[in-house]
Amino acid sequence: MTNQTAVLDEVMELESPQEHCGPAILSGPSVAREAELPGWFHDQQRAAWAKFESFPFPNRKDQAWRFSSVEALDLSRYAQPARLTQFERDEILGRSVGLDAVAGRLIFADDQLVRRDPLSETLLKTGVLLMPLERALLEHEDLFRKHFMAQPAALGSAKFAALHEAFVNSGTFIYVPRGVEVELPIEIFHWLHGENAAVFPHTLLIADEFSKVTVIEHFRSAHPERSGFACGVNDLVAGNGAKINYICAQNWNEKALSIQINATTADRDASALSLNVHLGGAYSRFESLSRLTGEGARSDLLAVSVANGTQEFDARTLQDHVSPHTTSDLLYKNALTDRTRNTFGGLIRVEPHAHFTDAYQTVRNLLLSDDAEANSMPGLEILADNVKCSHGATSGQINEDEMFYLLARGIPLPIAKQLLIIGFLNEVVDRLQHPAITDLVRELIEDKFGPR
Amino acid sequence: MNRLSISNLRVSIAEQEIIRGLSLAVPKGEVHAIMGPNGSGKSTLAKVLAGHPDYKVTMGEVLMDGEDILGLAPDERARKGLFLAFQYPSEIPGVTIANFLRAAVQARLPEGEELEATDYYARLYEKMDLLEMDRSFTSRSVNEGFSGGEKKRNEILQLAMLEPKYAVLDETDSGLDIDALKVVANGVNSMRGPNRGILVITHYQRLLDYIVPDHVHVMVQGRIVRSGGKELALELEEKGYEGYDEVKDEVSEPAMV
Repeated sequence: MTNQTAVLDEVMELESPQEHCGPAILSGPSVAREAELPGWFHDQQRAAWAKFESFPFPNRKDQAWRFSSVEALDLSRYAQPARLTQFERDEILGRSVGLDAVAGRLIFADDQLVRRDPLSETLLKTGVLLMPLERALLEHEDLFRKHFMAQPAALGSAKFAALHEAFVNSGTFIYVPRGVEVELPIEIFHWLHGENAAVFPHTLLIADEFSKVTVIEHFRSAHPERSGFACGVNDLVAGNGAKINYICAQNWNEKALSIQINATTADRDASALSLNVHLGGAYSRFESLSRLTGEGARSDLLAVSVANGTQEFDARTLQDHVSPHTTSDLLYKNALTDRTRNTFGGLIRVEPHAHFTDAYQTVRNLLLSDDAEANSMPGLEILADNVKCSHGATSGQINEDEMFYLLARGIPLPIAKQLLIIGFLNEVVDRLQHPAITDLVRELIEDKFGPR
Repeated sequence: MNRLSISNLRVSIAEQEIIRGLSLAVPKGEVHAIMGPNGSGKSTLAKVLAGHPDYKVTMGEVLMDGEDILGLAPDERARKGLFLAFQYPSEIPGVTIANFLRAAVQARLPEGEELEATDYYARLYEKMDLLEMDRSFTSRSVNEGFSGGEKKRNEILQLAMLEPKYAVLDETDSGLDIDALKVVANGVNSMRGPNRGILVITHYQRLLDYIVPDHVHVMVQGRIVRSGGKELALELEEKGYEGYDEVKDEVSEPAMV
């Protein structure tokens, strides 16, 4: 190889990302984008960027990042995505297949709204709002300001929450007024498209008193091989007596870097259930804060993950019981193959006045390879009386008797293994009382094992 | 050729020999029963035939229609037509009966052929009706929270769906009350036929009132020590297994059928 071709290769490598992407995110939010947003938000974003720059980079010595591969968090390659062409938008639209029946749907690719299937006239008349975040900023400023990122990122990712806030320029805003029940789920797609694209998906869900709503978010990659970075935040707010179901189907490709920060608050007698399905990402971190702020509130925190190759899943949770007579129940199940890693760090905190709290935390890891690694750090901090709490984390292998039973029926080993893994995860998935979504989630999990 | 033929089989687990030179042949079209006291190695025989990895075959051979199956993995044996109804069927949390059986039926189809769902369910429901199983069973996890009788019915349902050439029923009567026993026996009897050999392993004679065998074998300390017709079962019921310990020592060569 001559020197000249070497130089040429280098130039092409430098140029190709620039064709698809805007400026690197580490150079800060671009001025052009900021102009589209109101001034107060512009200021907020600038302040957030300053915070991002001042907060320290995660360190494994910090308990919140213990066991995490923090070196995976190098953000230098990621850039703001370029505008999608019409062809690209159409192609993504065609692949955004999820539920058959939905109340409304938003599809984003590289943080650009590709499609919006609005709510029915009937729902619109009840006052339900489903709109892109940037419109809510303008039209529902009070609601937005009250709830947008109102809970601090307390589980280690304050730096990434600040990054998200600095860059977020689209997302979903949902408001369900008092007493309104949205029967069908609201569906949201977020696609990563461009090479090294950085996206900042945001979902703000506000369920007012005695309302009911189910939201499912799909996170997918348009290309199996392109790397990308997703730094998402969702705020779920359940008012008095409201019921929220939230499903996250994270299915990025196995090159993606993913950080997802969730904050759920449940007020008096409210109930919030979240199911987080983590299948994609090279490194995928999920932080979930569940605050039980009103008496009688309940929160169900459910998650499953299936890891292949060298994938790493990193989950950090806090079940924060602020009020008495509150219940939280966490059930996380992880299947690990090959040389994968899983970390769970979870705390149940019962604050001084939160008497008569019931709080449970169960983590189960199924290790399918000797090289897979699972680390669990459950924790309790109880500052009130008359509290029922339990936590437990276990790791185990496939039960040999179960395996022999399947083999003795003529089911080949790989399929038997797959059935047992899916069976293991089903305990979590079945907790979601929604057949259509349950089926969809099962299909996603089955697809992870490839065609039969 | 048309038989499941076991010759001079010796099997150990953890250096302890459990089956000590057992020979037996079950031709297609016949039902054979093995009876014996606890600890005689009956269940070990069943598991070894199915290919359980804990047991080590030290000698002998098992031919299914002339083909040696001891070198085959458990799933290969099953696909070639061997079926074991377990004495204690495993619970498989999170895997529904419908999906489990579907995977088993699918595994028997030629490469690339997809199971036709409508036919599958029609057949499944037909067999469930025969076994007086409620259709809601299909969406329950395999054996999880099942009563003893439900577990055994589920075994026979699988037998009926998979239509093996040879079926080994290990203590299928245990955990069954008389009503359940009749239903299960009815299911097994419906599977009798010229193209199928059935080996019923039991401690008690009562199952054989309902599944009437063509031949009865007495197994003691890892060998067949006596073989006879169905009346042998009645004799054992009356007299028990007492005296067979002595018989064992007199038998230098295992009884051949």
